[in-house]
Amino acid sequence: MRSPKKGARAGRAGAVPYLFLAPAMALFALFMALPIGYTIYLSLRRTKVSGLGLGKGARTEVFAGLANYAAAVGDGELWAGWLRVIAYGALVLALMLGLALVFALMLDAAHVRLARLTRISIFLPYAVPGVAATLMWGFLYLPSLSPFGEHPFLSADLVTFSMANVAVWGGTGFNMLVLYTNLRAVPREYYEAARIDGASELGIALRIKIPILVPSIILTTVFSVIATVQVFTEPTTLRPLTNTISSTWSPLMKVYRDAFVTGDLYSAAATSMVIAGISLVLSFGFLRVVKNRAFGES
Amino acid sequence: MAATALPRTRGHARPSARRPLGIVPTGVLVLGAIYTLFPVSWVVVAATKSKAELFSTSTFAPGTGLLSNLADLFAYRDGVFWLWLLNTVLYAGGGAVLSTAVSTISGYTLAKYSFPGRGLIFNLLIGGILVPSVVLAIPQYLLFSKAGLADTYWSVLLPQILHPYSIYLARIYSQAAIPGSLLEAGRLDGAGEWRLFRQVALPLLTPGMATIFLFQFVAIWNNFLLPFIMLGDDHRFPLTVGLYTLLAAGANQPSLYNLIITGTMLSLIPLIALFLTMQRYWRTDLSGGAVKS
Repeated sequence: MRSPKKGARAGRAGAVPYLFLAPAMALFALFMALPIGYTIYLSLRRTKVSGLGLGKGARTEVFAGLANYAAAVGDGELWAGWLRVIAYGALVLALMLGLALVFALMLDAAHVRLARLTRISIFLPYAVPGVAATLMWGFLYLPSLSPFGEHPFLSADLVTFSMANVAVWGGTGFNMLVLYTNLRAVPREYYEAARIDGASELGIALRIKIPILVPSIILTTVFSVIATVQVFTEPTTLRPLTNTISSTWSPLMKVYRDAFVTGDLYSAAATSMVIAGISLVLSFGFLRVVKNRAFGES
Repeated sequence: MAATALPRTRGHARPSARRPLGIVPTGVLVLGAIYTLFPVSWVVVAATKSKAELFSTSTFAPGTGLLSNLADLFAYRDGVFWLWLLNTVLYAGGGAVLSTAVSTISGYTLAKYSFPGRGLIFNLLIGGILVPSVVLAIPQYLLFSKAGLADTYWSVLLPQILHPYSIYLARIYSQAAIPGSLLEAGRLDGAGEWRLFRQVALPLLTPGMATIFLFQFVAIWNNFLLPFIMLGDDHRFPLTVGLYTLLAAGANQPSLYNLIITGTMLSLIPLIALFLTMQRYWRTDLSGGAVKS
């Protein structure tokens, strides 16, 4: 309710809210808006080489229009990277979120034992850096060290699965905890009523708990999609151990290579805008659904 | 307004009588725990093996080389591993403190004041969740280069202070934990807005701040992309980048595997210790967020 008193108070607060928000807005401007603007600027530029390209004035930066975007969209290697990442991402999302959901439901089940111990154990990989997780699994995949025998885990056929395993291992626990804490907030009476009506534990999980979890599942999916599209750490860390991962395995790795190895900042900028666009498109559909429920703008 | 009542974590009245054992849920969870603990326990055992034992003894047989592995690791490039550890503590600790401060006051302001532009500012700050890190990291590097700050501590510390999700969490905590009437009463007593924040809001927000700190600490500790792009001098590396360079140097030399494995094992200890001792805050926060969503 909006009373006159409240209006008066808001007036008295005056500049205070803006002062309190000043640090965040300054950081936003410097480290978010400015870099994004700079990326867009760079993506529209290219180097013009005059003469033999020697000497100081021979290379100048000129406006390139959408040429870099055309090159990025028409780049076969980038699309191959997208296909690899989509296959990898589908695998990771299905396994990680599926396992997270199963574990959350099991933790919330009626007669579970060892719940605390197993919950902490499954959440533990959250505290393990992606580099360390990839190193551990990477060594376990090496035939000379692997306890699983001589399986070619890092061969061209299996490397996607092996990499997906690292991500599933690292990400399941966090998603499980998000879902589980949501379940814990549900009043137990819901389930008692269902039990009195003769519902089984499985029936309760399928008909009551999963529908309750839908908004959180969507939210965790959005975040996982964003993270997966940008996969970089796992393939980069695994690369020294195998020759089946190219330096352009994922789109983000290609951006890194273009920017820092090839030195073509302009096409790197265009490619990173394309990646941003695709991850926005991928998550936007989910987010529209989520916005009202989970981000609860009040 | 929705946020006038103090939220209580909704506890479940666990029946005191022994319930029957649920074999399926317990079994599934135990399998899950075995899967997650497997590589961690492997790296702990493998770090105890000498160079010869690593390739000869059975996987989970403890070895005799732990001390020499540690000595080798600390001798590597004049003890640069220690420096990586210190750097990581500095980046993660400093970054998380600053991030928590900024997130808390921003979330509090967005939750407890109404002012023109509030919705716009909230959407701008939260929209950052959707910006892929790559769109930021490379131009951030270029901009830091122009300012002469690339390859410095600042270049890793500063970009990680603003964290949209933490602001979102802080806003939820503030809505839930600070009764509007309390602020109102403070104002009637003539307290200034800064004093209200310091003396009324902050004490109520402490548990939420601990959670934001932890999330951000872990996120910075685990970050690889940003320091990998920003830093060239290995004396400023955090552990993640250091371990990667160790692997890149040693992948083709099995004699260096012990070094990498021992380094990986050591890099796990601080975070797992923090994680286990701070259990309480992981849970408070997440359920606090869940109740409101």
